[in-house]
Amino acid sequence: MNPTIPITDAAFALCMALLLLAPLAIAGVALINTGLGRCRSAAQGLLGNLAIVAVTAIAFALVGATWIGGAGHVIQLAGKPWNWLGTGPFLLGGLSAAQPHAQLALLFEFLAVALAALIPWGSGADRLRLTAGCALAAVLAATVFPMLAHWVWGGGWLSQLGVNFSLGAGFLDGGGAATVQVLGGVSALAVVWIAGPRKGKFPKEGLSTALPGHNAVYVLFGCLLALVGWLAWNVAGALLWLHAPLSALPVTAINTLLSAAGALVATFAVTRFRFGKPDASLCANGWLAGLVASSACAGIVTPGESLFVGIVAGIATPLLVELLELALSIDDPSGAITVHAVGGLWGLLAAGIFAAQSGQLVAQLVGIATLLGLVLPLVYLLFWLLNRVVPFRVDADGERIGMDLHELGGGAYPEFVIHRDESYR
Amino acid sequence: MKFAGLLVMPAGFFLSIAALVLFADPAPRAAFVLCGLGVECLGLAVAVRGHMEARGEGQR
Repeated sequence: MNPTIPITDAAFALCMALLLLAPLAIAGVALINTGLGRCRSAAQGLLGNLAIVAVTAIAFALVGATWIGGAGHVIQLAGKPWNWLGTGPFLLGGLSAAQPHAQLALLFEFLAVALAALIPWGSGADRLRLTAGCALAAVLAATVFPMLAHWVWGGGWLSQLGVNFSLGAGFLDGGGAATVQVLGGVSALAVVWIAGPRKGKFPKEGLSTALPGHNAVYVLFGCLLALVGWLAWNVAGALLWLHAPLSALPVTAINTLLSAAGALVATFAVTRFRFGKPDASLCANGWLAGLVASSACAGIVTPGESLFVGIVAGIATPLLVELLELALSIDDPSGAITVHAVGGLWGLLAAGIFAAQSGQLVAQLVGIATLLGLVLPLVYLLFWLLNRVVPFRVDADGERIGMDLHELGGGAYPEFVIHRDESYR
Repeated sequence: MKFAGLLVMPAGFFLSIAALVLFADPAPRAAFVLCGLGVECLGLAVAVRGHMEARGEGQR
């Protein structure tokens, strides 16, 4: 179980209600993932999102939840305690008798791990096998997520940086920017590197081929759903992890909205300037990047600062999506690496820049160093090993006919005429 | 090359952790943590480059 902190009845009821709305963020990301993929992989994509939520819940209950809370394994280094792994009860034992705060924290973590595992699925769209998506979700839910969540939320060494090294209030991550968004983003990078680009994406000669998402309506409606989920997520996170008073929660919600709004307007302006017309999928990515950045800092910064954070995220998103595709040959259909990894890192950094406590910026930098220097290589290693057992990528024939027909035996839109694929050169 | 880059990244992480243990003064501690992040970025750049080269070889 997580550390027990007294929580009032009103705060408990509010937090519980918010956590029942938080799955809308999962629904939003699932719709965005599906809409940004191709029509011949739509049913497999959405079924994959559903399967991943199911697999992560089971893997987290069976294994992950054991490592996330409790007193934890502590090693002494340079005279300081380093709490590196939780020691919770096996198979959620004693959950009903646990303190209300610990129960809510566990529910939050169940939802968080599902969202984290959805992010790489979107990046591997159109070539990642369903079994591979479920396997990598299980690995994340059973190993990396609980370890990282224990460090950040469960009284682990990152959360204790303030106590042990006088670094502000320790590493702060109220809405899961590190444990969910950056973890999901670096997992997406690992998946894209291991699975490789979609066939025809990077031809031998010339520029990369544009493979636009098949349904902008799914994508944009997913953004609206994500807003509701993110509002619930950030406010519940502020209550649970930042121990914010009830009076501070409206500002957290306003900051979330302002960050997303600033990001959308900035992306709209950048794409309008660069391409002559605003780009719907990049605007959706910008909106989501603003939400992601707000996960780290909505409970910490002022509304003006939150707007600034969103605008920076919104300017950076379309430029980075282009850089990754054109300059670095990274085929990321959902833009998850930019949106979730870079957006989350920017939010974590901004939380340090704008925080009132001295030393908070260094605490945030240490957290960022952990995510880049430890979590990314660890996830890559685990996925590389997993790929040897459960191959990530579908065979060439499966990719040619589409994931729906290959894996499910039927398409998502059986009455539509699918045009000849022009991308194979 | 891609694995070399990924191996360099944990070195940057341990530099950042060493900063916490070795320095009590905020300024050198922050500078050392930033150096650790710099090493990580270097490792990331090498890993990205390695994956681009691997892809080029695969296409030939």
